[in-house]
Amino acid sequence: MQNNDKNIFASWQMNCPVFIPENAECITLAHGEGGRLSRKLIQERIVHSLNNEYLIALNDAAQLPRIEGPLALTTDSFVVSPLFFPGGDIGSLAVFGTVNDLAVSGALPLWLTLSLIIEEGFPLTLLELILESIARAARKTRVKIVAGDTKVVPHGAADGLFINTAGVGELLTPIPSGAETLQENDELIVSGPIGQHGIAILAVREELGLEPLPLSDCGSLMRPVERLRDELKDQVRCLRDATRGGVAAVLHEWAEASQLTLSIDERSIPVSPEVRGVCELLGLDPLHMANEGTMVIAVKQGAGVAAVSVLQSLSETANARLIGTVKPRGIAPVTVCRTLGPEQQLDDPMGSPLPRIC
Amino acid sequence: MKYLDEYRDPKAAQLLLDEIRRITSRCWTLMEVCGGQTHGLLRHGIAAELEGTIELIHGPGCPVCVTDQAAIDFACQLSQREDVVLTSFGDMLRVPGSRGSLLDAQTAGAKIRIVYSPSDAVELARKHPEEQFVFFAVGFETTAPATALAVKQARRDQLENFSMIVSHVRVQPAMEALVRAPDNRVQAFLAAGHVCAVMGYQSYESFVKRYQVPVVVTGFEPLDLLEGILACVRQLEANEAKLENHYTRTVSPTGNLAAQDLVQEIYQVCDGAWRGFGIVPEGGLELRPEWQAYDARMRFTEPALPVIDTDECRSFEVMTGHIKPPECPHFGKRCTPELPLGAPMVSSEGACAAYYRYGVRTS
Repeated sequence: MQNNDKNIFASWQMNCPVFIPENAECITLAHGEGGRLSRKLIQERIVHSLNNEYLIALNDAAQLPRIEGPLALTTDSFVVSPLFFPGGDIGSLAVFGTVNDLAVSGALPLWLTLSLIIEEGFPLTLLELILESIARAARKTRVKIVAGDTKVVPHGAADGLFINTAGVGELLTPIPSGAETLQENDELIVSGPIGQHGIAILAVREELGLEPLPLSDCGSLMRPVERLRDELKDQVRCLRDATRGGVAAVLHEWAEASQLTLSIDERSIPVSPEVRGVCELLGLDPLHMANEGTMVIAVKQGAGVAAVSVLQSLSETANARLIGTVKPRGIAPVTVCRTLGPEQQLDDPMGSPLPRIC
Repeated sequence: MKYLDEYRDPKAAQLLLDEIRRITSRCWTLMEVCGGQTHGLLRHGIAAELEGTIELIHGPGCPVCVTDQAAIDFACQLSQREDVVLTSFGDMLRVPGSRGSLLDAQTAGAKIRIVYSPSDAVELARKHPEEQFVFFAVGFETTAPATALAVKQARRDQLENFSMIVSHVRVQPAMEALVRAPDNRVQAFLAAGHVCAVMGYQSYESFVKRYQVPVVVTGFEPLDLLEGILACVRQLEANEAKLENHYTRTVSPTGNLAAQDLVQEIYQVCDGAWRGFGIVPEGGLELRPEWQAYDARMRFTEPALPVIDTDECRSFEVMTGHIKPPECPHFGKRCTPELPLGAPMVSSEGACAAYYRYGVRTS
């Protein structure tokens, strides 16, 4: 059910990890008005959680040291519903999402900004849980949250909590050459089981009552990207985290950029039994389902096996697989071989089967 | 994965394909009744493999495709009321009525919720007594038991804010309409496995006898489909017309009696309005008089706006085998899943969607 009606659902009530008593301390409009309560919220809760030397100065702008190489800059907003889902929450998602965008662009993520848009009445306990999750994710990826903003909007003007993060990273050489440089016989890899995030969100939002619950893959791709850069150097053509639209959307973008056909084999794509089961039941295609810690990688001909073995040596990408190759433009931009083996077109995902997945 | 991989074994599939090709002496015309079967045939490449050997007509067994435009229009109309939350299976949202789709209505501000089960709609009604919840009850005998249960739950809990737009259809009367048509081309049917799982298949005995046409109850996985096709071809080659069940792991002769009782208790057979087909005698279900308090058409007595007759969709010709989806002049041009002219292009069981999605072209 889509949460576009405030009277019917509040996201934070869904799948909430802690009990929130009726008289729990809540965010009020005064927390966003810039006065004493604002300062208290920012200093005691936010700066305290995200403790680092840049943030603690509480200046209007973070003053950052010079860095060597060219910069990468990205931003992303997070409106996921529910705020807590199996395998993650909006906080870890807001850090990993931006870190991954930097990482797959070939950058070492360094600094993040964090903007919170909080709905009046949002329980402080939950805000603290989410801030802790943000802090944990930042520590894990060794990024620093160096600037931020907090706004409170009246009841009904947001759904619990929305987060925006922007990230700066240093581009490291060799920078992946990009999808425009794909060539025939390049090899395609997926870094882990696909569709986990989309199905995890679907399962809790629709209360599908699955056992075991599918877990989101919400996580950092920084380490696998670093290792690929170190070991494969310029053999890596391009990488992309397969978020909304899933693996199919990435392949379609690359096919358009390269004007070649990207051809994959369904039988070699890792899909967990939970995701496969839900997809079969509901008529969904795992290739169209969102991921939040799984990427597609294209490497030069002959480098596929080495890339997969690098990835498989890391816990977060232990199930990486070769899934296909790049071919001259054939019957469709993206093709897939299913049961009987003939090459068929793979549809570009249309619209979102599920709004607000990230 | 259990119950899946064993029915998708490529080697076994190849053996069945070889056998079908070996025994086929002429290009027989079979109809797979259910849209789920259509998608299986195209997704797994079976339709392409059999091209030129067997002609497959993609039948009317896609409930979304045959849902009457007037029902969709009425659902859109009710969804625009301040006091109504319209609940529906997700598949119905993009299907165009004569005045736009439910998705269009939602974009314009209507309160529409996708549910996976009619009971979810009842649950919403229970939680939110301040709103009227209307469930759009479409589908064949497969979904009718679930909507019947929803009505019973609503009465049990004395919910006065739950009602349904009932647009249920029955498969067998439509098959009868097809074979009785003077230009019928169907020589054998793959009967819809899931409908038979609920209704059993004994009722096909008289159908087979009367029309002398083979009916084979068939599942949805590649090996199921190939077995069903093989069984049809064997009968046709032997000039026989028999009823066979090749989906025995799911379908029994009598079906699910509890589900049938439930449907009997809540619904009665009526003439049904099928999109593309017109009125199919005994082709629909309506609430029995004692349950009509849950009929949205009774609860909301505002007159339904007239249907604007601009249906350019040629789905009827597709479902009767007179054209294949890519032969429709609108296919992939004016009619795409993003901007469909008709339901078969949007429904997850629609034949046009299957062709569009799996990229199969006729020769």
